[in-house]
Amino acid sequence: MKVSLNWLKEYLEITGDPNVLAERIARTSVEVEDVTQPGAGMSGVVVAKVMSVKPHPDSDHMVITQVDAGEDDLIQIVTGAPNVAEGQLVILAKHNSRIANGQKIKKGKLRGVASNGMLCALQELGFDEKVSPKDFEDGIWVFNENDGVKPGDDALVALGMDDFIFEMGITPNRADMLSMNGTAWEVGAMLNQTPTLPTVQLVENGSKATSELISATADEQLAPKYKVRMIENVTVQDSPLWLQRKLWNVGMRPINNIVDITNYALMTFGQPMHAFDYDKLTTKQLGVRLATAGETLVTLDGEQRDLRADQDIVITDGATPIMLAGVMGGQSTEIDANSTTIVLEAANFNPRNIRSSARRHDLHSEASQRFERGIDWNATEQALDFAAQLIAELGNGQVQPGVVVATDTAQAKVEVAVTLSRINHVLGLNLTVADITTIFAQLQFPTQVADETFTVTIPSRRWDISIPADLIEEIARMYGYDNIPATLPVTTATVGKLTYKQQVIRKSRHFLESLGLNQAISYGLTTDEKAQMFTLDATANITKLDYPMTQERTATRMSLVTGLLDDVAYNVARKQQDVALYEQGRVFYRFGDAVRPTEVEHIAGAIAGKFGRDTWQGKAKEVDFYTAKGLVAAYLNQFDFVAPISYQPSAEFKEMHPGRTAAIFVGEQVVGFVGQVHPTIAKAFKIKATYVFELDLQLLLDLAKNDRGYEAISKFPGMSRDIAILVDENVAYTQIAEIIRENGGQHLVDIDLFDVYQGSNVAEGKKSLAFTLTYQDVNKTLVEEEVNSAFTDVVTALEEQLTAEIR
Amino acid sequence: MSLQDRLNELKATVLTQINDTKHLDLLNEIRVNTLGKKGPITEVLRGMKDLSAEERPVIGAFANEIRDLLKDALEVKKAELETLALNAQLAAEQIDVSLPGANFEPGHAHVIQQIIEQLEDQFLGMGYQIAEGPEVEEDKYNFEMMNLPKDHPARDMQDTFYITPEILMRTQTSPVQARTMEKHDFTQGALKMISPGRVYRRDTDDATHSHQFHQVEGLVIDKHITMADLKGTLLKVAQELFGEKHQIRLRPSYFPFTEPSVEVDVSWNDVDENTKPEDIEWIEVLGAGMVHPNVLKMAGVDPEVYGGFAFGLGPDRFAMLKYGVDDIRNFYLNDVRFLSQFK
Repeated sequence: MKVSLNWLKEYLEITGDPNVLAERIARTSVEVEDVTQPGAGMSGVVVAKVMSVKPHPDSDHMVITQVDAGEDDLIQIVTGAPNVAEGQLVILAKHNSRIANGQKIKKGKLRGVASNGMLCALQELGFDEKVSPKDFEDGIWVFNENDGVKPGDDALVALGMDDFIFEMGITPNRADMLSMNGTAWEVGAMLNQTPTLPTVQLVENGSKATSELISATADEQLAPKYKVRMIENVTVQDSPLWLQRKLWNVGMRPINNIVDITNYALMTFGQPMHAFDYDKLTTKQLGVRLATAGETLVTLDGEQRDLRADQDIVITDGATPIMLAGVMGGQSTEIDANSTTIVLEAANFNPRNIRSSARRHDLHSEASQRFERGIDWNATEQALDFAAQLIAELGNGQVQPGVVVATDTAQAKVEVAVTLSRINHVLGLNLTVADITTIFAQLQFPTQVADETFTVTIPSRRWDISIPADLIEEIARMYGYDNIPATLPVTTATVGKLTYKQQVIRKSRHFLESLGLNQAISYGLTTDEKAQMFTLDATANITKLDYPMTQERTATRMSLVTGLLDDVAYNVARKQQDVALYEQGRVFYRFGDAVRPTEVEHIAGAIAGKFGRDTWQGKAKEVDFYTAKGLVAAYLNQFDFVAPISYQPSAEFKEMHPGRTAAIFVGEQVVGFVGQVHPTIAKAFKIKATYVFELDLQLLLDLAKNDRGYEAISKFPGMSRDIAILVDENVAYTQIAEIIRENGGQHLVDIDLFDVYQGSNVAEGKKSLAFTLTYQDVNKTLVEEEVNSAFTDVVTALEEQLTAEIR
Repeated sequence: MSLQDRLNELKATVLTQINDTKHLDLLNEIRVNTLGKKGPITEVLRGMKDLSAEERPVIGAFANEIRDLLKDALEVKKAELETLALNAQLAAEQIDVSLPGANFEPGHAHVIQQIIEQLEDQFLGMGYQIAEGPEVEEDKYNFEMMNLPKDHPARDMQDTFYITPEILMRTQTSPVQARTMEKHDFTQGALKMISPGRVYRRDTDDATHSHQFHQVEGLVIDKHITMADLKGTLLKVAQELFGEKHQIRLRPSYFPFTEPSVEVDVSWNDVDENTKPEDIEWIEVLGAGMVHPNVLKMAGVDPEVYGGFAFGLGPDRFAMLKYGVDDIRNFYLNDVRFLSQFK
């Protein structure tokens, strides 16, 4: 909402720096996003009268004019303006003047003829196309003779460009400030002044009573207020400069006197209005009803609208909709240059209907904006009279006697009571009865005080106030938030502590970071296809958005890996091949017919390229399956599971490499997977070999017993034996390790694999593995013989069960 | 030659030998040869049996004196040679310590996580709990219990991704407040909580808008919570994130779930008693207010007895301000060069 300071000054005595006032408004009522002066930086721009227009000898589109700028001599100006004519009052940017964007105007020659300045269009003075009156889009601005300007006047002042415009960010509760009257009350309260608001001296000197010319009916639910006045013998013409100036300074484009007056009334009272051309109404019976199936309407913007049955409120002339009520008028009854009899509507429509109409038709008009948020219940008739009288005055017509009233629902008086102790209790202040009384007086809220209780009658202009908390807010902001002290709450003692789950999640993050993974936060919404990739739970269903904004974000993720692959791809596309990321977050599994998904905490990682970087001490390793598995193993080692962790080859995960993926088990329970992304998927993501893991963190939490005990450290020396064996290449490591463990005897405490080899010196189809077995007894020093015998058992078992060759 | 003369000669010869020695093993040889069981001193002492009773103690004492003297000389020399050897070794072992050390590169928490964790720690320290709730929420908790009935114009402030008319991607973390309030047993004391998390808005992604971002909302409900308490708490938050010398100011605003509602600005520059008001550059960082009675009522809390404050802030916006990040999308694209800057 734009507020013109000059306009506001008609209602209040305002002096001083506009920026100081803006700051005060920002601290007391609503945000002031910007303060601008349209003519700032411009100078030397005056009103001039065109005394003569002569053709240019060397140009067919330019003319030579002599203009009177109130100086002793006429000034010669060469212009290309198509609409220039003798006798016009125009805008002259003189020699050495400055116009919009700091552009300097200097005298010079145009095709050999001296020109001592420039005749200007409004756009050249910085007017937005959206507010410049249409007629002058293709030429210079011409003042009307009745505008009261004369040659030599400062054109910037005449055009209102010396005004200050406040761009206000009106919050939904302060819709009262979507009008100049409301703004005047608010600023008046701040300055402790009563605003002098416009009054109406209505003269009803038309030829016939309104009720003889037109009728109106409305449903109270749809239009609790619906009133109509008529004005006859009207001349549709341009509005006078004072009105145009007001409108464009608040961001509205002047159209003609009738439309401008309805906009003027809207800006003044916050009451939207509409003018119909009486002669275009097919019947003279206005009605307000809901649209029915199949009805359409061409609105003022030329769009044909399919009306929504039982949802859009329409105004009808007999049977046909002629307006989308409260949102936009219809083309068929639009005021045009030939209109003479005006039907003026002022109403109040159901905010819910208006809101839904504006949204569904994507038509957020000045009117709909106000009806949605509410308007001053008691301003409707006053605004109607005000606009009708002004139309009569500026259109040389007569207001018909009487108002046709379809509905005029009364609203109960709103009284709100609040106690002094409550006010001080909520605000943490020690205000007195006198302090509060002063504030309510400033706001001009009629107040009765008894026993430190304030009973406030809420004026109809402040329909946002209905409960004590609302009054407390009024007091707080008028008293000034700056004056409220800063303390900390004193409550019964509370313990601030992370839950077990929160602790584990934090530790998990820190742990993976210390291993060299950066934390990624990817998008929770992705495509339907990606959402379902890499999911750990094949029984879960996808959760889709009802009305997505883009094709990229249509469903909630069911794995973290997919998002991480997007991240890897983003990096690879930017020549960052070495990526090591993890993410902790939720996946969304929807089960059965449930509408809402179950949200499960997961943790996942993705690595590609090299882990670490090449240094003078050696080259960094390309990541492989075992890098990823090592990370997972180190991480899982943080948990204390009852059941053992195992990795089993799995081809279940269809987005994963079938030969390079392991399902991760804790006991019998699958808790995640680790492996290489399937080459086909990697290709689709435009990435190279990438290794990933994903773990169900909630399951890990459920399975961890969190009661790790202490194991005594042996005081006695241990002993170790190395063994190298040759086995078939398809024998799994875990198989060998299992045989060693089973046959290792009670003192075998560790099996360390230190070499795996295939190649020269090893027979085709075979592989060599080398282990160190460590033996330890907590109670005594082991003797050589015990260890030798235990070791022999292992050797024998390996030979027998795997036909292993001991090397 | 008398025993005495022999001893004197021995002393002179050995001292010269010791003095000339440059190797520890030679020195050891000298020690063994001179002081050992087969050495000359032992021999002299052994020859004492031929001496008279008067001479014996004199020579004995002299021989011991010589032996001690040579022993000391050997020790001194040994220490000297050891020092030399050590110095030589150290000199030989010298390396270029300016070469880079072995490469250990830990990863880092995401910058938004860092801010959330910083706030969590601060509020944990003040006795708050950290509450969580679903990201796919019911309209009831996300809007209705936040005093935003259907068709409320303020719903336009938060364009929403719906799953069904009743289920949506949460647009704020306030539903966690509603859920926590509903469950909290106020007879057991105050409710003090923050709810950090991801939220979603139906917005087109550009440099300053993201359909996904984060919020940290806070709520304190008890019998005697004031707006001054809110102001004090927010001042602590601002100073935690921006530094001790920063100040805040409150401006009126509107949120359906609080009344009064305020917008909170923090000073971009340091402020002390000498700072002129016009020199303070204020930036908007969070929204707050006193919990609306309807919100309390809907959560089953008696607004006549209990009241409190709520606030909400955006870690994304904080991070953008604090580090000068000019494009919010950087937070979710996870460029490793971006992530690894926030150590």
